[in-house]
Amino acid sequence: MTDKDKTEKKDKKERIPRQPMPEQDPRVRIGNFDEVPLGYSPETAMLEARRCIQCKKPGCVTGCPVDIDIPGFIRLVADGDFLGAARKIKETNCLPAVCGRVCPQEDQCEKLCVLGKKWDPVAIGRLERFVADYERNAGTVEIPALPAPTGKRIAVVGAGPAGLTIAGDLVKMGHEVTIFEALHKAGGVLIYGIPEFRLPKSIVDAEVEYLQKLGVRIVTDAAIGRLKTIDDLFAEGFHAVFLGVGAGAPVFMNIPGENFSGIYSANEYLTRSNLMKAYRFPEFDTPIARGRNVAVIGGGNVAMDSVRTALRLGAEKAYIIYRRTKTEMPARAEEVHHAEEEGVQFKFLTNPIEYIGDEKGWVKQMVCQRMELGEPDESGRRRPVVVKGSEFTIDVDTVVVSVGTMANPVIPMTTPGLETNRWGYIVTKDETGETTRKGVWAGGDIVTGSATVILAMGAGRKAAKAIHDYVMSL
Amino acid sequence: MHRITEKVVLSENIVKTVFEAPEIARKRRAGQFIILMIDDRGERIPLTIVDSDPVKGTLTIIYQVVGKTTDQLARLEPGDVIQHVLGPLGHPTEIEGIGTAVCVGGGVGIGVLYPIAKALKEKGTRVISIIGARTKKMLILEEESRSVSDELHVTTDDGSYGYHGFVSDVLRDLIAAGTKIDRVFAIGPVPMMRVVANVTRPHGIKTIVSLNPIMVDGTGMCGACRVTVGGKTKFTCVDGPEFDGHEVDFGLLMSRLQMYAKQEQEARERCRCGDHDR
Repeated sequence: MTDKDKTEKKDKKERIPRQPMPEQDPRVRIGNFDEVPLGYSPETAMLEARRCIQCKKPGCVTGCPVDIDIPGFIRLVADGDFLGAARKIKETNCLPAVCGRVCPQEDQCEKLCVLGKKWDPVAIGRLERFVADYERNAGTVEIPALPAPTGKRIAVVGAGPAGLTIAGDLVKMGHEVTIFEALHKAGGVLIYGIPEFRLPKSIVDAEVEYLQKLGVRIVTDAAIGRLKTIDDLFAEGFHAVFLGVGAGAPVFMNIPGENFSGIYSANEYLTRSNLMKAYRFPEFDTPIARGRNVAVIGGGNVAMDSVRTALRLGAEKAYIIYRRTKTEMPARAEEVHHAEEEGVQFKFLTNPIEYIGDEKGWVKQMVCQRMELGEPDESGRRRPVVVKGSEFTIDVDTVVVSVGTMANPVIPMTTPGLETNRWGYIVTKDETGETTRKGVWAGGDIVTGSATVILAMGAGRKAAKAIHDYVMSL
Repeated sequence: MHRITEKVVLSENIVKTVFEAPEIARKRRAGQFIILMIDDRGERIPLTIVDSDPVKGTLTIIYQVVGKTTDQLARLEPGDVIQHVLGPLGHPTEIEGIGTAVCVGGGVGIGVLYPIAKALKEKGTRVISIIGARTKKMLILEEESRSVSDELHVTTDDGSYGYHGFVSDVLRDLIAAGTKIDRVFAIGPVPMMRVVANVTRPHGIKTIVSLNPIMVDGTGMCGACRVTVGGKTKFTCVDGPEFDGHEVDFGLLMSRLQMYAKQEQEARERCRCGDHDR
């Protein structure tokens, strides 16, 4: 009998529909920064877990960049052993509460779920989130026994998803791990980029605290490349270095008026709101423009996060300006859906070409062009082509440019022997992330360009094994 | 955590604070800056390092009280702490191979200029300093500046001390008198730097300005500190803080500096009223 036959047989017996996730009402949630999806109850989680048919050759696992034993943890959920399920996930993923919220599950594990071929796939991401939240709320997060110290010291640069993952793996192998973070708080994009309503910061703090309990040392306010170079780290006695510094630098479109006041990069807009808590100004000191007519340029997840932040900051009109159509938008379907429910206006096939400012240098209008789709480009998406003579203006008082990032130059600039490609990303020799500099590994956005949290974590995991072999051979 | 070891009110609204930051003190070079955050609710603000003592492990900053954060900073006394200090950031000043340099400083900018003049002097450069303030009471670092300069000119806008006029007037006179100048460093209020750049432009004298725009992370990630230089967008935190004064779009810099004027006023008033007791 094939898996599909079994599915059908089981389904005739009991067809449980994919369990929906309760959410905050859109009309209420645009007035707060609280999390939008509210999570499964234990009963709903068990019901959803029972949908899993426990495939012998589970496709879901091959779709997971960190190889979680998905049928294994789901079986434990179905049995009501939620803490056992949490332990099972943590064998390979140290940030389940984060991944359960921000992973693009529909393109990874859930895409390959057998049930998805005929019905809806098992809600793996929601179950992962449930299990992690259950364990945290139960206050029973276990600290595993660690092996004897190896005496090897490893420096991790950047406390984002890649850095936190590799630190967790290496400390569990008995190494002494120090993370250096330039910001005043650990978490990287999880704290400066992803808004509270999608990933509560208390969850990131709890995951960071767990690593510290495992013995990982975190040094904040440390700008590696400036305060200490990579050479300095080796001179201080570190045996290996992992660079997980993210892509960082924002991209602008280089169009007239782009530096007017009121125009932000998505990085700045989100950093002010998330990391610096500008949405709670003046209780917190960092200000942010609370625009009435806000345009966000771009169609990715970061653009969705920005436009939904703008609504919560009080925007009357919040637009997504995207030069292709909804089909080509890189954002997750769920995020687009949430934005639509909240009243975001999507202006597709539209591209800004100039900003017009007022007498004080504050943006007041943007000039846009209409586009149409031509032949596919190198990314496989149909190339937007300008419709001649189609210029029109939109009134805006705040603009957020979310068209991507490029590599931050500081570490390559100050590290001799570290090769970068023509876009400034660090060149790695193989998939473990080994760089051209001996003893130095790199992973995450600084290697691949901007990607997802889970891919950065996957890079951290692969490098951990290679660094372990390297330092043990010294 | 960075403990404050010394605080001096230099003049009305201009304060010097010395605090512990041993690693930055060892690494820092002239022209570099820090981002500091007083506490976990504070904002991140950039300040140029005026001096450092690698032995004591301390940094010196001089700042004008203009908003909530500088107001709060000025109230911190020896023994109090600054929670977060990131640095040293930015490129150090290029000080090699300059025969004669004119260092033009205005107001609190003299604090930023002084370490550069000092570093130039140590490299054997002939240093002519022109420092100025609105009025005598607001002039800072006169003796320190004199000690690192071959020639020192002092100006006040109201004529209460030194030359009655602007720093740019003295510079114009020096150029007119045929003084051979290889480079000008101009640091102070944006309008002053713009005027100085306009004075030197027709003479082709390379003029370096140090910019202090609004900044958040300070590591090149956010783009808040962008300025237009030579028609191109630059990030002050990683590309600067010093730029060719003949290329900087000062008008744009001034308007971006005003971006949060209203909120800054609001925050400072709350702070003054004491309902924000931190």
